[in-house]
Amino acid sequence: MATMTDTTMPTTPRAIHDEMIAFGIMTALLLVVPLTGVYPFFVMQALCFALLACAFNLLIGYGGLLSFGHAMFLGTAGYVSAHALKVWGLSPELGIVAGVAAAAGLAVITGVVAIRRQGIYFAMITLALSQLLYFIYLQTPFTHGEDGIQGIPQGYLFGIFNLSNPIILYYVILAGFLFGFLLIFRTINSPFGEVLKSIRENEQRAISLGYKTDQYKLLAYIISGTLAGFAGSLKVFVAQNASLTDVHWTMSGEIVLMTLVGGLGTVFGPVVGAFVIIAMQQYLAGFGQWVTVIQGAIFVICVLTFRRGVIGEIAHYFRRSL
Amino acid sequence: MQALYAQLLVGLINGSFYALLSLGLAVIFGMLNIINFAHGAVYMMGAFVAYFLLNVAGIGYWPALIIAPIVVGIFGMILERTMLQWLSGLDHLYGLLLTFGLALIIQGVFQNYFGSSGLPYSIPDELKGGMNLGFMFLPIYRGWVVVFSLIVCLLTWYLIERTRLGAYLRAATENPTLVRAFGVNVPRMITLTYGLGVGLAALAGVLSAPINQVRPLMGADLIIVVFAVVVIGGMGSIMGSIITGFTLGVVEGLTKYFYPEASNTVVFVLMVLVLLVKPSGLTGRAA
Amino acid sequence: MQNRISAVLVAVALSCAATGFASAQDKTIKIGVLTDNSGLYSDLGGVGSTLAAQMAVEDSGLAGKGWKIEVISADHQNKPDIATNIARQWIDVDKVDIFMDVLNSGVALAVNNVVREKNSIMINTGAATSDLTNAQCSPNTIHWVYDTYMLANSTGQALVKAGGDTWFFLTADYAFGAALERDTTAVVVKAGGKVIGGVKHPLNTADFSSFLLQAQASKAKIIGMANAGGDTTNTIKQASEFGIVAGGQKLAGLLLFITDVHSLGLKVAQGLNFTETFYWDMNDGTRAFSKRFSERMKNKAEPSMVQAGVYSGLVHYFKALEAMGGNPHDGAKVVAKMKEMPTDDPLFGKGTIRADGRKIHPAYLFEVKKPEESKGPWDYYKLVGTTPGDQAFRPLSESVCPLVKK
Repeated sequence: MATMTDTTMPTTPRAIHDEMIAFGIMTALLLVVPLTGVYPFFVMQALCFALLACAFNLLIGYGGLLSFGHAMFLGTAGYVSAHALKVWGLSPELGIVAGVAAAAGLAVITGVVAIRRQGIYFAMITLALSQLLYFIYLQTPFTHGEDGIQGIPQGYLFGIFNLSNPIILYYVILAGFLFGFLLIFRTINSPFGEVLKSIRENEQRAISLGYKTDQYKLLAYIISGTLAGFAGSLKVFVAQNASLTDVHWTMSGEIVLMTLVGGLGTVFGPVVGAFVIIAMQQYLAGFGQWVTVIQGAIFVICVLTFRRGVIGEIAHYFRRSL
Repeated sequence: MQALYAQLLVGLINGSFYALLSLGLAVIFGMLNIINFAHGAVYMMGAFVAYFLLNVAGIGYWPALIIAPIVVGIFGMILERTMLQWLSGLDHLYGLLLTFGLALIIQGVFQNYFGSSGLPYSIPDELKGGMNLGFMFLPIYRGWVVVFSLIVCLLTWYLIERTRLGAYLRAATENPTLVRAFGVNVPRMITLTYGLGVGLAALAGVLSAPINQVRPLMGADLIIVVFAVVVIGGMGSIMGSIITGFTLGVVEGLTKYFYPEASNTVVFVLMVLVLLVKPSGLTGRAA
Repeated sequence: MQNRISAVLVAVALSCAATGFASAQDKTIKIGVLTDNSGLYSDLGGVGSTLAAQMAVEDSGLAGKGWKIEVISADHQNKPDIATNIARQWIDVDKVDIFMDVLNSGVALAVNNVVREKNSIMINTGAATSDLTNAQCSPNTIHWVYDTYMLANSTGQALVKAGGDTWFFLTADYAFGAALERDTTAVVVKAGGKVIGGVKHPLNTADFSSFLLQAQASKAKIIGMANAGGDTTNTIKQASEFGIVAGGQKLAGLLLFITDVHSLGLKVAQGLNFTETFYWDMNDGTRAFSKRFSERMKNKAEPSMVQAGVYSGLVHYFKALEAMGGNPHDGAKVVAKMKEMPTDDPLFGKGTIRADGRKIHPAYLFEVKKPEESKGPWDYYKLVGTTPGDQAFRPLSESVCPLVKK
């Protein structure tokens, strides 16, 4: 069985060097965004989704597990953070902690169930679990069902940074994104990441080498879910609402799409993919449901002819790892 | 008590749709090793074909029961020929992603033209009205749906498990190379199988049109429940998916009576329980 | 997330390209019609609301006086998060001055927050929740056409008086359903009736059978439908399948629009009682407008009260701006001006806007005609009662709105 991703290359000093340069370019670009006059709300949203896609990519790209339910972490963390900020009146940093903790807890519980099966079954189970959560959130009072949680106060981060100022908010979100991104980068290049990759390539061999592969997969799942939750908590400050859209399966599909477009198993692919998809939704918004059709078409094209994704193809062309 | 029986009937009707859809998924999975994410979309197409037949060509419910599955089945076979067959040899997840993309395209196109609210499709005159059975009020159409789906499910089971064609099918699943050596055209068989699975979904769509109305997103949420049904039942056996489908419908109906708040989630909760106890599903073999 | 801004741009010819007026007041207006263009409420709002806005612009004659007015519209898909995204972008990037329609109570309450935060304007003609002018009232929002308090007050009271003293609610599970059920329950209890149960259903439900079975099992005399649009018409159609009306229970449509009656057909809808504040066949003014309106609708539909409200609200908005001599682009200031001036237009007649943002006009209790009584297409309603404006809505003495000085 051919694996989902065959574009990653062995981690070598040169690869890491390439990646650091790319990281520097990306950071520099993102730092100057507010000066360019681009609608900051759009970039902040894209950053949240980029982090989300990176977290998702950790699981599929390096663990070989396709989750079709990652929206549940995004939505759960969003709801909990929103509730903490609005109802409990917590400060922004504590609101984020609450959301992330909730996502982590959810990841532990669902992870234990989901990693019992692999491949397509894993995808279907995560999808079903997230749908279960969707219905729970539809009915529990604290989420306000269809209405969602609205008008969430942005507050002052650490008591100093006024998050209702778009420029300050932008840099806070950017800092959050970079933090999450580097954490994932570090994980991939750690011994833990190496074991994950070996499980993806050949689980039987990893088992015979004495690795308890289920534990590794569970841990990868928990890290991925927790970081996805972090993205959800950040998004609350941007959108100032938390709603069912973020837990719906269409959102899970969009996460898969972003990563697929950018390149499964590439470090920067999910970031590029997230920006591409969010920009597309933004600029094609006038075409109604044709956006959905185009997204579907991108799925089909990617799967049939373009399985490495944008970054994957570039990396493949230059024989580099990105 | 009357309400209990009535809710059980509603459950059985949903169970019929679960059974028809999970049966189709199982048939396709057996042959193509693909989880057909577009199953909900073709179910919706079945309903739309019936709607078009009635409103454009004036062709009613009964012919639609035959025409719609054939039309949609052919559409499915074209998809298989032009796209799905290129995925053999790749990770099965690519099949899931491709069919997910197809589902988005199909649903999006219909949403563009028909919005997201329902179009009415009325019950055929022969099946209008209801009977008072004493212990409950039975709308005739709904009774018909249950009986008819059961018959179709059993016929499909017979076709695959008890006929020569079915024997080829099963053999080709186990060992395609060997079956090809016997002179059977395996790729054509795969195409036909996909058409059959998709046709079953379209049939379910026609049956559902008078109950659920014709809506572009009618299959989108349903398919996820059906996935859970498939995980619970395991995909190993045809009869397994039929029985699981109907049973879960009934369980849902019971939940609607005893604890309505949980009726949306009960199937998913059961899925979790089954996974904890028997990860391969009730009738499935280890994947 | 996917904010779909249908770029329905209706630029109205500008006559003053010349720079002579530049030193005078700013005379540009951008109107955003935020509604459901594709879902279960699209008949009662949707493109009809955009058309009504365009007609208001054309009829105002402001283009001839040097004003430049633009109408844009977007589909919020009944999702509050999508709606707030669009709203924010409309205000920040597209410089929209005023939000019209904004049907769906959940959406309306969400947009209400954004509009207040950014000092824009919302004339809400589509949403029902009475919270818009009570607990959630805002100096930037006017609630134009109807609300849940007034529906409950008029329809609920009439039904209890007619002997419907036990109720079971079938409620759309979001802000609107909750508000309508709450306000109707208050009226039923006050009139001596009893609520013996209820069930919530998701917005945009296709199969109501299991909910209807619960309603049937409750044995309540009245099944109150606290839902709207496609949900209400589905409920009514399916109730007959399970023999509910034949079994002696009565369905009460707490909120019905003429477009719903049209899609149900008179045979199914006959005899239903409900309340509206506008009907196309009320007088010469409404008939003249409706004739022009339906001629321009693709399906020749007569205007719903929501669509009529868009027209009427804009007429008053334009009057206020003209009186101010230009557009100050200051939401609260314009709304304050609008509250000062009495309203008068051919569709809703004379009225006022209260301090809490509630537009005041009479409420009409209608009954759907029998098929044999109807003289032609869209001839659906009989007027059976009128509540004067000062009694139709929640009295200010009961208000918790901070804008109301006591």
